[in-house]
Amino acid sequence: MSTVTIDKSGPTRKVKYGSMSRDRTWALRWSYFFLTLFAIFSLVPPLYMLITSLKGSAEISAATNPWWVYHPTLENYIQLLTSNQFLRFFWNSAWVSIIVVTITMLISVPAAFALARMKFWGSATLATGVFLTYLIPDSLLFIPLFKMFAVIGDWTGVQLINRWYVLLFIYPTLTVPFCTWIMIGYFASIPKELDEAAIIDGASWFQTLTRIFIPVALPGLIAATIFAFTVSWAQFLYPLVFTTSTDQLVLPVGIITTLIKGDVFNWGQIMTGALLGAAPPLIIYAFLMDYYIAGLTAGATKG
Amino acid sequence: MVDVAFQSSRTAAAQTGRRRAGLRNALRRKSMSAFLMTLPLILLIAVLVIYPALYSLHLATLNKAMTKFVGFGNFEFLFKRETFWLVVKQSCIFAISAVVFKALIGFIVAHFVHNVPANKQRKWRGMLLVPWVIPPAMSTLAWLWLFDPSYSAFNYTLAFFGLGPIPWTGDAMWARFSVILVNVWYGAPFFMIMYLAALKSVPEQLYEAAAIDGANWWQRIWYVTLPMMRNIIAITTLFSLIVTFANFDIVRILTAGGPLDHTHIFATWAFRVGIEGSDIPLGASVSLFMVPILAVAAIFILRDITKRGNES
Repeated sequence: MSTVTIDKSGPTRKVKYGSMSRDRTWALRWSYFFLTLFAIFSLVPPLYMLITSLKGSAEISAATNPWWVYHPTLENYIQLLTSNQFLRFFWNSAWVSIIVVTITMLISVPAAFALARMKFWGSATLATGVFLTYLIPDSLLFIPLFKMFAVIGDWTGVQLINRWYVLLFIYPTLTVPFCTWIMIGYFASIPKELDEAAIIDGASWFQTLTRIFIPVALPGLIAATIFAFTVSWAQFLYPLVFTTSTDQLVLPVGIITTLIKGDVFNWGQIMTGALLGAAPPLIIYAFLMDYYIAGLTAGATKG
Repeated sequence: MVDVAFQSSRTAAAQTGRRRAGLRNALRRKSMSAFLMTLPLILLIAVLVIYPALYSLHLATLNKAMTKFVGFGNFEFLFKRETFWLVVKQSCIFAISAVVFKALIGFIVAHFVHNVPANKQRKWRGMLLVPWVIPPAMSTLAWLWLFDPSYSAFNYTLAFFGLGPIPWTGDAMWARFSVILVNVWYGAPFFMIMYLAALKSVPEQLYEAAAIDGANWWQRIWYVTLPMMRNIIAITTLFSLIVTFANFDIVRILTAGGPLDHTHIFATWAFRVGIEGSDIPLGASVSLFMVPILAVAAIFILRDITKRGNES
């Protein structure tokens, strides 16, 4: 900017500078205006969940302004939070997500360490394979996986279909490749001197991993944990295919199959359930936004 | 960390012999322990990803009762069905238009966020990323309620401006529009975040140089921003293409493929045929049709990533 103004003579510079800053303020005002529009667009569905969740069933079917709550009530929340069924869904979801996160970390952190640091035969191919696996969507695998577990049930007599713990086998296929991939990126960015020093000191590979790599790459680890949790919490297709009994369902499927009875939609409770189901990821996001975004951008930019 | 480095250099100077032995031992153990560390990952991928993928190829060649080998029978049957071609068409329309709008909106919004003073960007970014954080199954329920035919909040608002009620999920064209709208709402924040990261990495000097050369706003975007962001735009679009093409949640909850199969895409139709209709071989064949498009996108992403890996 300064180079432009130096070329000009005194008076012109002043005018020029004034118009530049006026352009800037207008650009800023327009930015705020459009950002507000987009923010409204983004926030309407969650806000409408909140609005509806505070309404009684009479008000929901009334012809009043749907965007306003005239008689706020907590009856939907009380009904859901005292219903054993809903709490069951919530606990199922929580257990599945927590165990899947643990499994994911136990598999992907050592694997990422080995792939990032210990070059061995086929390690480059395996890293590429991990990335390709991440690109395979759930909608491609749900039918063969379903049949596979049905066949396993027939052969061994261990019935896994329609048990919530079958999800513990399946969710890692979604979380492990991505977590391994971003952990490879984080581990690869740690200076080699650090682990060489540790090895020279007589540390084993395991000690190098737990004493040096995990503490240093902790931000990456947190980002991967958040990712694994969000994916397992939000997964809808696999539980819809694999579980049917109401006591085995996780939250998203539970809300959709039990609160919608035929053509009768109990919207107050559905919206309350959806809001409660969206709460854990939203709370994590509110407190750990930077890690969340780091994980999001790492997937495509690291490599 | 500094401690570790320090100690090691001291030890190294003092005990060269022990260091050699330690290194050699470590190297000898290295490939074995590396293999053990990656073994769970290899098993997981082999048993729960590669095997099912191959198994679905096998399933696709069986008859409905899965007792007889029918070769390409399922595919021939699909090619003769009108619904199949409808699903192909709809999947392409859905994926392409949703990705294009997500990319456009993400690009525009990223620019606006980038314009705002740095200390306020966090707040805006936080609000605009909310759609991506909410589990899609939950937020689609909210959209379904906003679209509700009799108590629709959208139609109430439109009626306020004197516009007629819109059959958001009842009419084929509107249902397609709604499904794409929800997908754009859900996916645009991802593009926004990626583009914002890319915008921040464009050196400020380039814009200054362009301003000196007298480039206007549009020229700055076309000749500076876009070329600098080309890589990230390409990879984000390809990622999103894969995810959108394989989408299930939004269509399933919003329309369940209706009205009259006019919003079915591969994933939802495969579910309808394979799980609900218990014709597993046919469902497997339907979902296999996603493979070519996914493979092409995957190859391009992989090429880009290995290229960047070689550069660095």
